[in-house]
Amino acid sequence: MQMDEENMDDMEFDILTEIGNIGAGNATTALAKLIDGRVDMHVPKVEMLAFKDLAEILGGAEELVAGILLSLEGDIEGSMLFVLENRAAHHLVHKLMGSDGSTLEDGFTEMEQSALVEIGNIISGAYLTAISQLTNLNIIQTVPSLAIDMAGAILSVPAIEFGKLGDKALLIESQFEDDEIDVCGYFILIPTLESYTRILKSLGM
Amino acid sequence: MDGTMIKVGMADANICHSPDAITTLGLGSCVGVALYDKTTKIAGLVHVMLPDSTKVRQNQNKAKFADTGIDMLIDMMRKEGANCSLLTAKIAGGAQMFAFGSNNDMLRVGQRNVEAVKAKLKELGIRILAEETGENYGRTVEFYPETGDFLIKSVGREQKTI
Repeated sequence: MQMDEENMDDMEFDILTEIGNIGAGNATTALAKLIDGRVDMHVPKVEMLAFKDLAEILGGAEELVAGILLSLEGDIEGSMLFVLENRAAHHLVHKLMGSDGSTLEDGFTEMEQSALVEIGNIISGAYLTAISQLTNLNIIQTVPSLAIDMAGAILSVPAIEFGKLGDKALLIESQFEDDEIDVCGYFILIPTLESYTRILKSLGM
Repeated sequence: MDGTMIKVGMADANICHSPDAITTLGLGSCVGVALYDKTTKIAGLVHVMLPDSTKVRQNQNKAKFADTGIDMLIDMMRKEGANCSLLTAKIAGGAQMFAFGSNNDMLRVGQRNVEAVKAKLKELGIRILAEETGENYGRTVEFYPETGDFLIKSVGREQKTI
């Protein structure tokens, strides 16, 4: 089977949605443990979006966001991007570090940036573990890298990878909620063409 | 500014006449190529994502690639009455948004986009008057055909006109 997102059938889309669901569920549990609080997850939205609409989801191309990128090795190759809105990123960092810390205007201190990388690492790790168990494929994640910048600029990285395949990207939007605020997180899984085929095959497609 | 601001999306191209201006938001590893004919004050802007259309099977969207995107933009400008032998260029973008060691091909795409844009412009004999490329931050760009100014805005940096 070739990945051809224009002609992706309902069954394949359902499978990717389910993968997103399970991954996000596991990630939510990890997040709750990390900040030692209650976190609820809304049903994730899986969307195939045209590039021009991708940044709009995050509040526009110039919206400040935190992106954490990991590259994947093993049976599934590619990369994974976890994006947090600026406000949500500050909230999680403060919860984790138990401090008032920096304000939205100040950006993040170096310590807070490390904490963000760790949050991304743990949440993405939980997400990937779920996919790994589901597919019985081995996924190795590399050390993550953090960027805090305009949504358009951060999303250009996965968009370019999807751009080799078509004109749309697969976005899994997971909304978490703790007792204080709604935390919106977005996962973008970018498997290589071969890995994508392998995922579907492992599930009997 | 008297005119309106025309928006160009990712993997998209458009043109404008003075006093209008043209913009693309949040360039990361993509490159914004602004072409300009100062005699007619017509400008064009393309938001290029990938270096080479011949390396990709799904290449119908011409604006996505450095090679076909620039050709397409010149066609659009010619149809609007620009004198295409007098075009000059200003370019921005091509950042490496994330820093890390492995999986280098994916991360170097910004640099490869810039190289591909330069090669294409050279082939067409279009001079690059100014550039703001590389580094590790996103850029919003605005081109003003009235003056030929290319305004660059980034998070936490002074805005810059080239």
